[in-house]
Amino acid sequence: MAAPAVFEFCLRLGDNDLILSQRLGEWCGRGPVLEEDLALTNVALDLLGQARLWLSHAASIEGRGRNEDQLAFLRDAGEFRNLLLVEEPNGDYAHTMARQYYFDAWHLVVLDALSIASDASVRDIAAKAVKEVAYHLQRSRDWMIRLGDGTEESHRRLQAAADQLWPYTGEMFAMDEVEASLGDVGCDLEALRAPWREEVQSTFARATLAVPAAGWMQRGGKQGVHSEKLGLLLAEMQFLQRAYPGAQW
Amino acid sequence: MVTPAEVWQWLEAVPDPEVPAISVVDLGIVREVTWRGPELVVTVTPTYSGCPATAVIAQDIETALRGHGIERVRIETRLAPAWTTDWLSDQGREKLRNFGIAPPQLVQLAVPPPCPHCGSGHTECLSAFGSTPCKALYRCRACLEPFDYFKPH
Repeated sequence: MAAPAVFEFCLRLGDNDLILSQRLGEWCGRGPVLEEDLALTNVALDLLGQARLWLSHAASIEGRGRNEDQLAFLRDAGEFRNLLLVEEPNGDYAHTMARQYYFDAWHLVVLDALSIASDASVRDIAAKAVKEVAYHLQRSRDWMIRLGDGTEESHRRLQAAADQLWPYTGEMFAMDEVEASLGDVGCDLEALRAPWREEVQSTFARATLAVPAAGWMQRGGKQGVHSEKLGLLLAEMQFLQRAYPGAQW
Repeated sequence: MVTPAEVWQWLEAVPDPEVPAISVVDLGIVREVTWRGPELVVTVTPTYSGCPATAVIAQDIETALRGHGIERVRIETRLAPAWTTDWLSDQGREKLRNFGIAPPQLVQLAVPPPCPHCGSGHTECLSAFGSTPCKALYRCRACLEPFDYFKPH
C-alpha cells in the first residue's frame, strides 16, 4: 500500500474535522442560549484539535516540508478532501443539528474501527478522538429526539433538514480506490453502513421522524469536487494567511 | 544529578492553567520524567485534542524546571494511551471538590455526581459542555446551586 493513500486518507479525516469546526465556529456568539453557544464551540474546539492531529500526521507522511497550518490555510477548494455534508451551511438550528447528528454517528463508528488499525499513528489519534466524539453524538442525538418529538414546528423543521441533508450521507460509506487500497491501515467503510443505519433508525423512531427514502446520493467531496459553499467558507477561514502570508500571533 | 523523584515533586507545584486548584501531576497528564543524557525529558499527554491549555502547560513545566536550575528540558507529547480522568489523583479529586468543582466519577459509572457544595446526590445536568472542554454544567436540586462537573473521559 503506497504512502500517498495514507496521506489522502488522513487529509480526508482532518478536512472533515476542520471544515465542520469552522462551520460550528460560525455559531459563536449567536447560539440560541448560552449553553448551546458553549456546547457548539466546545465541539468545534474538539474537532479543531483532531484536525490538527490528522493534518500534522498527513504532513509528516507527505514529507515535503509542509505543516498542519500550510495544509489548512494554503490549499484551495479543489485540494480539500472533506465530505460534502460538512461544508453544508448552518441553516437553522434543526439543520445544524441534523448535519451534526449524521456526521457524529458516522464519525464514532469510523474512529472506533480505526482505533484498532495497523498504523500506530492512525490508531492513537482515533483512540484519542473517539472519546470526545462519544460526547458529541450523545448531544446531537438528544437534540434529534428533542426537536423531532417536540412541537409541530420543530418537528417540521427537523424533518425538512434531515431530508435535505440525506443525499450527502451516501458518500460517507462509498469507498473509492484510495480507501480500498488501505487495507487494515484504514477501515472498511462499507461495513459501517449497517451500524450507522441502525443508530439512525432507532433515534429517528424515538424522535418520531421518518428515515428519508433511498434515492440519489451526492458524491465528490473526498475527491476534491466541492460545492461553491466550500469556497465561501475558505475565503473567510483562510483570509488572514492569504492577505498576510506567514503572519503569526 | 537531580532525580526524577525530585522533579515529580516540583511538578506537583505546577498548577493546571485552566483549573489552577490542581497540579499537572494531580491531573494525570505527566506520564514520565527521565534523563536522556544531559537532557531532562518530561512526557505529557493532552487532555482533550483541542484543549488550548496544552501549549501553556508545556511552557509552565519548562519554566518551573528552569527555575529549579535544570538547563536542558524537553517536553514530549504522547497520545497513547489516551488520557482518562481515571488518572486523576485522589488528592486532585479532593482539591477539585474543595474548589467547588465536582470531581469526575469513574468512567464506567454512569451516575450523576454529588453536589460539591452540599453533598446531595440529587443533581441534574444542564449541559454536557461547559466553560472548558473538560467540564459539564450541573445544578443541585437540593441546595439549588449550579456547579461545574469535571466530566468522566
